[in-house]
Amino acid sequence: MHPFTLERPRDLNAAIAWRAQAGRTDAPVEYIAGGTDMLQLLQEDVRRPERLVSLAGLLDARIATGPDGLRIGAAATMAQVAAHPDVTGQYALIAEALLASASPQVRNQATMGGNLMQRTRCPYFRDVGYAACNKRAPGSGCAAMGAENRWHAVLGTSDSCIAANASDLAVALAALDASVEIHGAAAPRSVRLAEFYRLPAASPHLETVLQPGELIGAITVPAHPATRRSHYLKVRDRASFEFAVVSAAVALDMDGERIREARVALGGVGTMPWRVPMVEAALAGVGKDPSRLRAAAALAARDAHGQGHNDFKIELMQRAIVRAVEIAAARP
Amino acid sequence: MTQSNSQGGNEQRALQTGSVADARALDAAPAAPSANATKDGARLDVQLRINGMTHRLALDPRTTLLDALREHLHLTGSKRGCALGQCGACTVLMDGKRMKSCLWLAALAEGHEITTIEGLADGERLHPLQEAFIEHDAFQCGYCTAGQIMAGVACIAEGHAGSPQEIRDWMSGNLCRCGAYNHIVAAIHQTAAGAAAGANKPKQS
Repeated sequence: MHPFTLERPRDLNAAIAWRAQAGRTDAPVEYIAGGTDMLQLLQEDVRRPERLVSLAGLLDARIATGPDGLRIGAAATMAQVAAHPDVTGQYALIAEALLASASPQVRNQATMGGNLMQRTRCPYFRDVGYAACNKRAPGSGCAAMGAENRWHAVLGTSDSCIAANASDLAVALAALDASVEIHGAAAPRSVRLAEFYRLPAASPHLETVLQPGELIGAITVPAHPATRRSHYLKVRDRASFEFAVVSAAVALDMDGERIREARVALGGVGTMPWRVPMVEAALAGVGKDPSRLRAAAALAARDAHGQGHNDFKIELMQRAIVRAVEIAAARP
Repeated sequence: MTQSNSQGGNEQRALQTGSVADARALDAAPAAPSANATKDGARLDVQLRINGMTHRLALDPRTTLLDALREHLHLTGSKRGCALGQCGACTVLMDGKRMKSCLWLAALAEGHEITTIEGLADGERLHPLQEAFIEHDAFQCGYCTAGQIMAGVACIAEGHAGSPQEIRDWMSGNLCRCGAYNHIVAAIHQTAAGAAAGANKPKQS
């Protein structure tokens, strides 16, 4: 690990001031909360901050539901949220995505805000032995293109980066139209998760719209008839403790056996959590007819580009959508 | 019990009864960020609660909780396998919940109660899950065992040990490269069943 100093400020404004001084992403000052991703990045020299600012005790950790929806403080752990009765009852999609993530130990440590800020699992990003990584060293190139890229994205990629976003939680939240409350030097603001992440384009090192010093203070999920009948389907190389090859988050508002409104997001395939509005529109009015489900799911592939080893994801993600819709629709 | 490597016994006792506010004063946060800077290379004064004892250590900020346990407190039961949160050999309990001590900075463990494998037995009387691991021969090389047992204790306490399949799912954060999984699952399952029956398993001879 590169040497750093550790700050444990007593109030959030002091923490924000530390971080704001340092500039944008990959600055010499970083926040640490649950630390489960940060420790890995530090151990492998992917991140070499000069200063870590602890957020311990500074952020809201409450979980509360009301008529407007669900609010989760950023410091709540994955395990706390996954076990919360309001979440397992009305927002089961979130609990399912969390329980499909990481290990029980990491879920006890990792925070909800930190989960949304975790860095990609692209092995070339995580291995400093590869000099070329536009996300880690802007302008250095991409070692994944033309190499082993089975794990990489097929949606939202650019000539600079094909790394997939690794968060299951973010996929579930994207499907539920969640927003994040952003705290910083200015007044708190709310940003829809769909607008929180940035496409890599020519600047893959800039992953979110956060400005220097800003952080996620809370997650809000609006109440909606679709939140209850939902399913998170995660396809992975082993049954637990593994990142998604492909995942599908589906939430349905049903009119009898027909879908009144569908919300669908994909994981493991996008450079950010990937909503598929065309699929959602095509699912409206559809019943159990598998051919119509497949036709709707096929629209997800319209903008997909395989990189070679991950071409199979384009077919797999369509099947994952169909399966997840069938499971969600069958729920009481 | 292990003493802090930098403190004598009298100091140790004094610290155990001393005011937490004294230790906290070291990292009081003034309004201006620059006033709160720790000097480059400076060690942090860290007070840890391990197995019911308080230890005061001067640590490099980079020290993980695992390395503080092993290298500074000589509690070497917790093992360093991958140091990346993948293998679970470093599993300890923090405030009763299982966690990977390699993924936590020691300085940020202040204010938490840590339990390691060394703190699990009641004197000479082993924890029922330790007994069950012996009974079921739930290890080969033994490197992962401390982490398996700590994770297993939590798994049972959480109520996630009702069936072999549930145990496999909820123990997935602990790897055993020897492949003793069947025996590990059996040991956890038996101990959970005993705990559920409210029975204190008699000590094995």
